[in-house]
Amino acid sequence: MSLLSDPRWGEAWTHLPDYLGSHVRVSVAAIALGLLISLPLAIAARNRPVMRNLLLGVASIVQTVPGLALLALFYPLLLAAASLSLSWFGFGFSAFGFLPAVLALALYSMLPVLRNTITGLRGIEPSILESAQGVGMTPMQSLASVELPLALPVMMAGIRTAAVWVIGTATLSTPIGQTSLGNYIFAGLQTQNWVLVLFGCAAAALLALAVDQLLALIEAGLRARHRLRVALGGAGIAALVAATLVPSLARPSSSYIVGAKTFAEQYVLASLIAQRLRAANLSATTREGLGSSVIYEALVNGDIDVYVDYSGTLWTNQFHHTDIRPRQELLDELKAELAKKNVTLFGELGFENSYALVIPKRRAEALGIRNVADLAAFAPTMSIAADYEFFSRPEWAALRKAYGLNFGNQRQMQPDFMYAALASGEVDVIAGYTSDGLIAKYDLVALGDPKGAIPPYDAVALIAPKRAGDQALREALRPLIGRIDITAMREANLRAAGGDGDASSDAVARWLWEKTESEKTKR
Amino acid sequence: MRDRMQNTVQIAFAHVAKSFDGGRGAKPVLAVDDVSLEVRGGEFLAIVGGSGSGKTTLLRLANRLIEADSGHITIEGEDVRAADPVMLRRRIGYVFQSGGLFPHMSVAANIGITPKLKGERETDIAAKVDELLDLVRLDRSEFRDRFPHELSGGQRQRVGVARALAARPKIVLMDEPFGALDPLTRDALSDDYRALHDRLGLTTVMITHDMTEAILLADRIAVMRGGRLLAQGTPSELAQTDDAYVGELLATPRRQAGRLNALLPRGSA
Repeated sequence: MSLLSDPRWGEAWTHLPDYLGSHVRVSVAAIALGLLISLPLAIAARNRPVMRNLLLGVASIVQTVPGLALLALFYPLLLAAASLSLSWFGFGFSAFGFLPAVLALALYSMLPVLRNTITGLRGIEPSILESAQGVGMTPMQSLASVELPLALPVMMAGIRTAAVWVIGTATLSTPIGQTSLGNYIFAGLQTQNWVLVLFGCAAAALLALAVDQLLALIEAGLRARHRLRVALGGAGIAALVAATLVPSLARPSSSYIVGAKTFAEQYVLASLIAQRLRAANLSATTREGLGSSVIYEALVNGDIDVYVDYSGTLWTNQFHHTDIRPRQELLDELKAELAKKNVTLFGELGFENSYALVIPKRRAEALGIRNVADLAAFAPTMSIAADYEFFSRPEWAALRKAYGLNFGNQRQMQPDFMYAALASGEVDVIAGYTSDGLIAKYDLVALGDPKGAIPPYDAVALIAPKRAGDQALREALRPLIGRIDITAMREANLRAAGGDGDASSDAVARWLWEKTESEKTKR
Repeated sequence: MRDRMQNTVQIAFAHVAKSFDGGRGAKPVLAVDDVSLEVRGGEFLAIVGGSGSGKTTLLRLANRLIEADSGHITIEGEDVRAADPVMLRRRIGYVFQSGGLFPHMSVAANIGITPKLKGERETDIAAKVDELLDLVRLDRSEFRDRFPHELSGGQRQRVGVARALAARPKIVLMDEPFGALDPLTRDALSDDYRALHDRLGLTTVMITHDMTEAILLADRIAVMRGGRLLAQGTPSELAQTDDAYVGELLATPRRQAGRLNALLPRGSA
C-alpha cells in the first residue's frame, strides 16, 4: 500500500479540526497569559538590576525543566489548589486539561519575552530618554510613546520565539488531559502508527511555522514602520485563530467522555466503550493519552466519565497498598475503597494485563524454565529489560524477594521496543505485559508466578461519581463485562500494533466487539 | 512688553551646588559648585566652558532634569522645587545636543509632541507645525512627513529648534545645539536662531565650548571651569577681567580674527 493512499491519513484528517482547534486555543491562551505577566514584570524590572537578575534567573531555571515534567507538575499543584478553594471558598475548579496546560505553557513562554523586552527597553539611547523627559513627558508617557515603540521590534522577536516554543510544547499537554496535536503523536507512538506520529509532528510544525511567519511579518513591519505589513500579519493571526475556533464551537458538546491511558490497549478499549455508548444512542467522545495518575483523578473530578483501569495498578498506585492479596479479596477490597470515593467499579472485563517476566519460548524449553522460580538460577548470567517504571515498582521488589532474583544487568526501554529486543537476543528477559499481542507474535512465553508475588491486574471499568446512578451508561457497558478474554485482547493489541490501515483503534475495537459477539453465539 | 521683560529676572541661580556619585567607592564629583547667576528677560546668555566644567549640569538643573543638592533656582520668579517638573519642562523649550529627535516619529509628530502632551487639538497642532517649519526655514510639504533618519544634521537641528518652540515657551535652553554641524550650516542656523530669539522675545541660555560662537551670538557670556562660575558679562566686560583662564579663552578668537584679517584682505572675499 502506498503511503499516500493509506486510510489512516483520512482518519487523521477527521480529528484535525478538534485537535488543531484545541491546540490553538491552549497556545493562544498561554501566550496571552504569558505576555500579560511578562510584559509588566519586564517593564518594572528594566531599571532595577536586582529584580531583573532575579526574574531572568527564575525564568531560565523554568526553561531548564523539561516541558513534559513542567506540565505534569502543574496537575497536582492545581489539584491541591482546587481542593483548598473548595474547602475555603466553596467552589472548586478542574485541575485537568486546559488550566494546567495554559499555566505551564505560559510559564514556559516567559523567558524570551522577559529577556527581549528588557533588552529592547535597555537598548534605547539615553539621549532619547532624556529628550522624552525634556519635552515634558511623564514616565508613563515616555514608556508608552517612546520606549515601548522603540523596543517593539526586539520585543516582537521574543514573542515570536515564545510562540514557537509554546506551540511545540503544547503537544505535550495531551497526557494531562488537554486535547492537542500531541494526541496524534502520543496515540501514534503507543500504537506504532507512524502515519499518525508524522501527521501530528507535521501539523504542529506547520502551525508553528505559520504563526512564526505571520509574527515575522509584524516584526518586519514594525522595524520598517510599515503599517500595512503589521496589519497584514495581525489579520493573518486573527484569521488563523478564528478558523480554528469556528469548527470547534460548532461541534456539539458530547455528554460522555471515555478516558484512555497512554498505550494501545487503552486506546482500543476506550474506542470500544465509545462505540457501545453510541450504539445505545448516547453521544460519546474519547480523551486519549492521559497519564496513569492523571486519569484516575480526572474520573474522580468528573472530567471524564468512564475508563478502564487495572486492579493491581489501583491497589498499589492509588491506594498505596504494599501487601498483595488473593485476586477476589483484592477486588472486593478495592471495590469498597473506590466506593468511599464514590467511584463505581462496574465490573471486570475478563482479562488481566499484568506484569510478567517473558522469555523466548525456544529458550525456555531448552533451559527447562517453566516459571520464575526456575529462572532464578539463570538470572545472574542474564540481562533484563523493562519499561521506565517497573524497576521502581513494588512488584519488582516483591519478585526479587520471593524468588531471590538477581540479574546480571538491567535496562530500561520504551515498551514497544522491548519485545523486539528480546526476540533479537539483545536482552534475555523482559518484564512484559500479559495481554500484549507481541508475546504471540514473537513466539515468547510469559513465565508463571507460583508464589503470587505479582498482584492481580484485572481490567476493570470505572464510572465517575457524577454518573454513579446513570442506568443508561450501565446498560451500555454491561455487555462488555466478563466478555473480553486474554486471547482476544492479545490479538486486538497485536492488530493495534499492526501498522496498517486496520490498526486504528476504532477498527480494532470493532473487530474486538465482533469477536466477543461470535464467542457468545458459540457458547 | 520687551522692555518690561528686560528688567525682570527670568532665570536665577543662587548658590547652587550639585555633586555626582563618583561610582564604586570614588569620591563624589562636585559638578556645580556654589554658582549664582541671573538671566533677564529677552537676554541671550551663552555659558562657555570645557568638558567637565559643569555647564551642562547647570542647564539641566534649570528644568529639573537634574535636582540640585543645595541653593535656589527660580524660573519666572517661581522656585523650581515647588513646580511640577513635568509642567515646568513643558513651558521651557529645550534643544538637545544632536537634536534628540524621536526616531520613530515623523518630523511633524516630533515638533508637535509638547502641544500634544498638553492636550491641544490635532488641527491646531498641525497648523502650528506648519508655522514652525516656516519659522525654522524648512519646506512644509517636503519635510512634514519625513523621519529623522531621512534628514541631514542641520535639518535635524532645525526640527529640534522648532520642537523646542512648539509650546510657545518664553525660555529656551540649548545644549551645544550647533556643535556637531559643519561650519556653513552652523553659521546659517545660528544666525537664524538669533533672529528668532529677537523676533519672539525669547530668553535663551545656550551651552557651548566655543568662545567665538558665544561672542558672535550672545548678549552676555558666563565662563565656567571645574564647576565654578569664573566670570560673567558682555564680551567687552569679559575682556576687562584679569582671570587667566578667561583671558586664554578670549585669546583664541582674537588670534583667529587677526590671522583671518591678514589672510583675507578686504574686497577679495
